[in-house]
This record gives sequence, structure tokens and C-alpha cells, in this order.
Amino acid sequence: MVIKMDYDELGLKMGLEIHQQLDTKTKLFCPCECELTDKKPEYRILRNLRPTQSELGKIDRAAFEESRRKLTFLYDTYSHYTCLVESDDEPPHPLNQEALEIGLVIASLLNMNVVDEFHTMRKQVIDGSNTGGFQRTGLVATDGYLNTEYGKVVIENLCLEEDAARRMGQKRGMIEFRLDRLGIPLLEITTDPSMKHPQQVREVAYQIGQVLRSTRVKRGLGTIRQDLNISITEGARVEIKGVQDLDLMPRMVENEVKRQINLLKIRDELKRRGAQVSDEIHDLSHLFQETESKIIFNAINKKGKVLTIKLKGFRGLIGKEVQPGRRFGTELAGYAKKMGVAGIFHTDELPAYGITSQEVERVNEFLDLDEYDAFILVADEEERSRNALLEVQRRAKAALIGVPEETRKSLDDANTEYLRPLPTASRMHVETDIPAQMISSELLEKVRSNLPELPAEKKERIIAEYGLSEDLAIQLVRQNRSDQFEELIGCCELDPTIIASTLAYSLKELKREGLKVDELSTAVFMEIFKLVGHGKITKEAISPVIRKVAEESVTPEDAARMLHLIMLSEKDVKNIVQKIVASQEEMVKERGSAATGPLMGMAMKELKGKADGKLVNKLLREEINKIRSR
Amino acid sequence: MNYQGLARKFLESQDINIGDRILIKKRDLEYQGMLLDRAEDADDQHIVIKLDNGYNIGINISETSLELLERGDAPKIEFAPLEFQKDPEKMDISIISTGGTVASIIDYKTGAVHPAFTAEDLLRATPELLDEANIKGKAIMNILSENMQPDYWVETARSIADEINQGAQGVVVAHGTDTMHYTSAALSFILETPVPVILTGAQRSSDRPSSDAFLNLMNSVTAARSDLSEVMVCMHANENDNYAYLHRGTKVRKMHTSRRDTFQSVNSSPLARIQEGRVKVMDQYYSYKKRGEYKLEVNDSLEPKIALIKIFPGVSGDLVDYHIDKGYQGLVLEGTGLGHCPEDVMPSLHRAADEEIPVVMTSQCLYGRTNLNVYSSGRQLLKAGVIPSGDMLPETAYVKLMWAMGQTRDRDGVKRIMESNLRGELSDKSSSQHFLKDYGE
Repeated sequence: MVIKMDYDELGLKMGLEIHQQLDTKTKLFCPCECELTDKKPEYRILRNLRPTQSELGKIDRAAFEESRRKLTFLYDTYSHYTCLVESDDEPPHPLNQEALEIGLVIASLLNMNVVDEFHTMRKQVIDGSNTGGFQRTGLVATDGYLNTEYGKVVIENLCLEEDAARRMGQKRGMIEFRLDRLGIPLLEITTDPSMKHPQQVREVAYQIGQVLRSTRVKRGLGTIRQDLNISITEGARVEIKGVQDLDLMPRMVENEVKRQINLLKIRDELKRRGAQVSDEIHDLSHLFQETESKIIFNAINKKGKVLTIKLKGFRGLIGKEVQPGRRFGTELAGYAKKMGVAGIFHTDELPAYGITSQEVERVNEFLDLDEYDAFILVADEEERSRNALLEVQRRAKAALIGVPEETRKSLDDANTEYLRPLPTASRMHVETDIPAQMISSELLEKVRSNLPELPAEKKERIIAEYGLSEDLAIQLVRQNRSDQFEELIGCCELDPTIIASTLAYSLKELKREGLKVDELSTAVFMEIFKLVGHGKITKEAISPVIRKVAEESVTPEDAARMLHLIMLSEKDVKNIVQKIVASQEEMVKERGSAATGPLMGMAMKELKGKADGKLVNKLLREEINKIRSR
Repeated sequence: MNYQGLARKFLESQDINIGDRILIKKRDLEYQGMLLDRAEDADDQHIVIKLDNGYNIGINISETSLELLERGDAPKIEFAPLEFQKDPEKMDISIISTGGTVASIIDYKTGAVHPAFTAEDLLRATPELLDEANIKGKAIMNILSENMQPDYWVETARSIADEINQGAQGVVVAHGTDTMHYTSAALSFILETPVPVILTGAQRSSDRPSSDAFLNLMNSVTAARSDLSEVMVCMHANENDNYAYLHRGTKVRKMHTSRRDTFQSVNSSPLARIQEGRVKVMDQYYSYKKRGEYKLEVNDSLEPKIALIKIFPGVSGDLVDYHIDKGYQGLVLEGTGLGHCPEDVMPSLHRAADEEIPVVMTSQCLYGRTNLNVYSSGRQLLKAGVIPSGDMLPETAYVKLMWAMGQTRDRDGVKRIMESNLRGELSDKSSSQHFLKDYGE
């Protein structure tokens, strides 16, 4: 199906939500380091979660749905990397002030209004990713803006929150999480949903990323996550979680818009047919006692049930493609799977999967289906099957109205799949263990008078100040090495370009070789550059010395010595030069100053690069002149 | 409303109440949302609103103007009405609520967790309990357990007796955890019970999805249906949400400020392990009273003027003298090691003996038993008439002395009661199994 897409006409609107981990000394509410670990868990804790009512007396629908799944969670914990706060066996410690200050810095850089008093909230999330059943979060600032080449974009909210636990896998209905990531401070930046073009979203994401990088934020894979809000006029707001690759965004937008248009077409056809979703769920296990379908056979064998529902007027539409390679049936199955079943069977794909046409016919007869009617069938443990079909009914009813509001997960092929309903405001409760914190005008003043340079400003300044090339400056800023560069400049009288290119280029190459150069301290680099400055090694020796230091954890001077890269002193060089000249006295007498060339070659060979050529040349000339003037 | 001073005046002057939807203007800024109440102890410079996105923020009232957008009702926690019928197949269990975290919810007035649930609300929040038994709920008080008093133990015991007399086949008492072990000891001595009496609570308040209240309540109802007919404490066995331990009311103690498995049996194993509706007795040699074995008795006369005094380096006899001067009728000392105290305190202990004030010696080690024969300091204490308490917990000894002196004023009688094992509070045998240790090795 080819759809011509005019985003303006469709009323496409997009908003962006960016989550950035902060590089603070400790987590947001406990003294653990903000580091992940690959070590085997020392303890495993098993927990269940139940939704509760908020202070407004409403149960959040996303939380309610999760609770129907009756899942058990297993948490990996450690004696060093995590503590009782993460495992919800100790109340949170006071709010991390370093994280709050970084939040205030970002708020100021994004021209936002900071709240007078910060209240920590509990956002109910009972998918197990938070041991308490809620994520702690608070609103820091509102209503800022960012100028882009597509115009001004409003930054609606900036929140400071805890990162969730890391999902490690799923075994027999138990989801395993690791608590190392839980509690790392995150900033959540939300734009208003006014962006009209995917390219603009990319640009805004890039710019916000640049602003974030001017402060102490984590870098690397998984430390920044982007969510996309998207809607078209007739469709609905959908939140797409975890867009890792910004380049994929335009295609993802296209696929989502297509999905919404196709769902609207399906709705129109359903309306035309007078489609209905019946609330009844039928147990048809008796029709499948001798089935050849493995899935159904196994379910019945394990005392499960074969349950079906009737979808009047849906036949032919369930098999309709809504996204490349994904059908309306995939949407229905997405809801069912959240209840723990492996999948659903529907009219438009049957007979198949071992279900015979006779069996389909028997179901049709039992449910009294006519040519436009469809059925959905689930075979699993009874309660699970029932919950799955309740969800399918809910989704099918929504199809009669249009596009449901959903949180969806981004997939690698630029498609999306159903994750959960959009959360509502009633998932927010106040965190009673943390007192409200006033943000004083003095603190704000202090933050505002010490704002960091934005990356673009920094780049321009170091080019002007140190005469670096554009590329070198960009690399330093991008790799977060510009502060280190400026620190090193101050301590050794060396050409800034040598220091900059070492940090920007050489380290990158060494890193590519697998060396842990990120662990080398500024002091180590300082020593290396001092060796160059004092003439003990040549600038060509910098890379080999760094490699040796990284490999064997020796001091730079020892590394140079081990590699025989230490330059000889002037006196030693003079001795060698004198010896060479003396041994070739005949040639000097014969050829005079023309002997310099061959003698230079011999000397350099003997010195093996441990002396500066200019010095050797100077000493040679002196010795030759001595012989000639005798 | 909890707003004080300036903020209160500011709101009252414009007739704005909690729950109203308001527009706040401040310089070039505007916020819209619902006015919430504020913690009592917070400053009077800010008002709190809930924005439409669910976040609460505080706004400083200076240079701020308010506009009422819509009158609102103060938000209320409401549960769907509960309808249930008595199932003749199921046992009748009563849940008595005294307050505490197991029966508490966020109080948005103060912004803190407060005991606010009635026993019936508890049932509404945990309808699964009805699968286990016919549940009757009753709230007899609503206090945090740090505010418990001996009078309230008596009130609780009488309420339990009423329930049993009215046909309850088991009683669950929802209680704050801080002093649950004092109450369990008190109920143990006050009551002789033909049915299980189970105290339970929660370390994580029931307003959060991860609350331990659910598992503790479910397992308590299972325990209340069982054959073990004593006063017991039922709480998480470890950090996992999979099973609970049933501890004897006189042998249990809160041992951690915040963990779910804070309650531990000291100098004994728990009586039973409870998992998914099953009760498994842990030690077959360990005897317990069975359902129907004894008739209901309430012996609730207590002597409230008893003090529990901790011995520490530098303690002087003044501390003992003070209590005697103030009219205390009995003293429980939490001595060092095997049950010792400094020589300087001896004269005051002799004075107590002269004034016929019983002094009981326990150990601040908690684990192990007192022995006043090993060192001469101990033998001197015996000479001064101090009553050693064996492997009884200091808190249990404190409660028991109250009860003993409620039964008799005779010094020898008190001594006899203190030295007899009445409710499993004393045992002769120490086992190497009964000691905490987990350093991850």
C-alpha cells in the first residue's frame, strides 16, 4: 500500500523526551556509585508488586494493567555496588545536591523557569524496573526554549529522576533486574509537541545533547535515551520509547504515521460494516480434543483452556498490514502478549499452525459467524488466556473509535510495538520520605553566574586562544578533553597542537587498539609532555610511551627508558660525535665541509634517534672546523 | 488546612481551599493546577499545587497572584464498596487494627505516612484475604506504635477476647512494628488463648506497590487458621516476598530499622514457616500450644510503674535512685555481658532490696543467657536479691515484671513468676543455631 504523505496536511506533531544520566559521585538517593557492574550478583531478591491508589483516589491504568500479569521479579544485588536503598529495604537518603545543581545549570542553559520548591514524587511503575513500584522524580523547571534553524522550540519540562533497574532477562515468568543502574540521577527534558518535521526533531535532539554535554553527564552507550511523542490530527498521541539511533527517526515517524492512517482506514471500514466487539469469552476446549496443533495440544495437556472471542465485522481486516511487515493482528497480539501468552490465532491466518479447516469451521459454527465475522483464539492456562482475550477485546473496541493512545517500543527496523497504555497523571504520588526542598534565589544566582561554556562556544574560544585547527578543536570538545587540554597547556611549554593532537587523535587510535587510555590521569599526561618539553624524549615518542604506560602501568619515564627512547645528553652526543669525526679524520681533511653529509648519516645511525638532528649537525660542524683549523 | 501564617492568610483572603483549581501568576509566569495542603512543619512562604502532568511544586507567595478557576473537593481516597457473603466452608478470622504502617496511607495533609485505614479499608485494599477466610474487621485505635502504652495492651487484649467470645477462630492484630514485640509479649502474658493470635505489620507502608503488608497479612490469616494457638508475630522471613516466619510472642524482637525481615526470634527458632497458605512447623522438638487446648483467660492486671534501665560504662547509682525516688515499683536492668553492672551501682541495688523493689537482670547482648555465678560481681548481685532472667529478652522481662507485679506484690512470688517459664519466654538450652551472622561468606 503506497500512501502519499503530506505531514503538514496530516497535522503531524512531534515532541521529544530526552533522558540523560548524570555523572555525579553518588546516586540520587543513596551513597552508591553511579557505575554498572558485570560481576555475578552476590544476592538475589524476589519480589512482587501491587498497584495502589494515589492521593487522588484513582488507580493508574498503566499500573493496573501491569498488575494483572502477576509477575514475580528477581533483583541482582551486591554488597558494594548496591545498598538497601535500591532493594527498597531502607528509606531514601536526602536528595543528592550535586544532581540538583546540574539540573539547575541545564535549566538555566535552556532558558527555563526554575520552581521555587522542588517536590519529590513517586511515579508508579510496576513493571518491576523499580523495586519500590515507583520511580522517584521531581519537576525542576518549566517553560524554556531553544533556538533552532527551524525556529524556536519550547522546552516544557525538566525533571530530575532516578534511572530504573537494568533488565537482565526473563525466566519462567520471572523478570530479572540488576540494581546497579537503579537510582543513577537522570535529567528528563521534554519539548512541547509542536515539531512538524522529523529533521527538526533530529536537530533539537542534537542541540539538547550539546547543552547536556557542557555539564557533568555520563557519556557512552545507554547513557542518553530519547523518546518520541507523535500524533496526527485524526490519530492519537503515541509515545515511542528508546529511539537509540537519531538517523532512524525520519523512517520511524513515517512508519508511525502510516500505522495511524491505516488504523483509521480500518476504523472506517469497520464502521461501514457495523462491526461489534462482543464481551463474551467462550471456552471451546472440547472442540480441540484431538487437535494436531502443537500449541493447542500442549495447552490442553497442561490443563489449560482454549478460549475464543467473536469480532463481528472484522474478517479480512485483521490480516491487513499497518506497518511494513506488521498487521492489525500484530496489534491485537501485542495486547494479548502483555498478559503472558505466547500469541493469538485469528481468522485471517487460519487454517494454519496445525489448526485444520474443519476445526475452523467448527469454531465458526459454534460462534455463529457470518462471512464478515472473525474470531480470536488463545490456548494457555485459563486465567492467562482470559486476561489476554480481555485485552484483545479492549484493543478491538478501540479500533472502532480510531487510534488508541499508547506507549510503544521502538524496534531496530524503525517499526514500533505496543508496550503499555499512556500513563496518566494519577500515577503520581508524593514521596513522603523526602521533604520538599526550597530552591533559594542565592543558589540560583550562584548557578547562573557560573554557567559552563556550551560546546560551540568552547570550540570557538580554544581555536582563537591556542591557534588550533577547526577539526582538532571539534574533536577535543566532542571527546570531552578540552578541559584536560587547557590544564596541560598551563604546565608545559609545548606547542598546543602537539598536546591537542595527542589527546584528540593519538588517544583515539590507541583506544581503538583496545588500550584503556581513559583510565590514564591528567598527571600522567603532564609527565609525558614534560619529558618532551625537557628534551628527554622526542614528540614522535609520545604515542609509544603512552602505549607502554597503559599496557604495563609503569611511569612515563620508565616506559621511555624501557623503550630506549630517552634522548642522550648533549655531553654524551658530543662524545659520540667526536669519536666518529676522529675515526674519519682522513675524509674530513680530504673533503672539508662536504664531509658533513656522510658523517651526519653515520652519527644518526649510531645515535639511533636518541638525539635531536639539529644538535648533531651543530656538533659535527664544530668538530669538523676544529680539524680543519688545526 | 495545614497552611500556617502568611500562606494561610494569603489563601484565606481569597477564599481558596484545598482541592480548588487555581491559576497562579508570578511575574511573567503562569501555573495552573490544584491546590494541595502542605506539611504542618513546612514554612509559610510557599503554597503547593499539583500540575496537570501530576507533578507537585511549591510556589513562593511573594509577588504572586491567585485566581480561582474551579471549585474542587478535597481529594479523597475512596474504595469501591465491598460486598461479600459469609462462606460457611471458611473459618471466621477477625482483624483488629491498632494503626501503624500496615494500616496506613499517605496523608496529603501532612505529606507523611499516617495510620488512617480502618480494618475494613484494609480489607478493601486486600480483597484476596476473603479467599482465605471470612474476615471481620475492627479498628480499635489508630496510633503509631511508638505511642503504645500498657493501657492500650490491655485494651487490645480485651478486644481480642471479645472477638474470640463472639466466635472468631483466629485473630490478627495489625500493629506498628516499632513496639510490636512489647505488645506481643504483653498479650502473651495477659491472654491464655484457645485460638491463634497473630500480630503483624509492615516495614514499607501499604501505600506503595512494594509494601510487605500484603504478604504479611495474607500469611497472618493463614497462621490465624492454623493449629498453633499462642500469641505470635508473623512477618517476612527474609528480604524476599515468598514466605513469612511465625515467631513466638515472647521470643521475638525488632532487629533492623528498615528491613522487611526485621523481626527475628532471639535464642530460639521461629515456630513455623508460612508459605502460600501452608504452615510448616520448623522444629519438631519445639512444643507449642494447640488450638482448643486451653480455655480463654484474660489476666490483665499490670503494674505500670516499671523501668527498663540500660547499664553502660560510667553509669552511676543515681539512675537507680532516681527511679526509686520517683516511686517505681520494679526495675529491669539491661546489664553488660552475662548480666553485670558496675560496683558503683551496688549500694543503690541494696537500697532497692531494702525497699522491697524487685530488680531483674537481663543482658544487653540479647543473645545468650544471664549467669551471675561466673564472676564475683555477679555473685554480689545475687546477694543483693537481683533476679537473673536467663535467656529472656530485656523487653520481654520488662513486660513480664509488669504483669508479675500485677499478679502479686509478694517479693518471693514475683521472683517465682519471673523464674518460671509461662509463655515460652524462658528456655534452659542454648543452641549454636540461634545466632545472627551473615557477612556474605
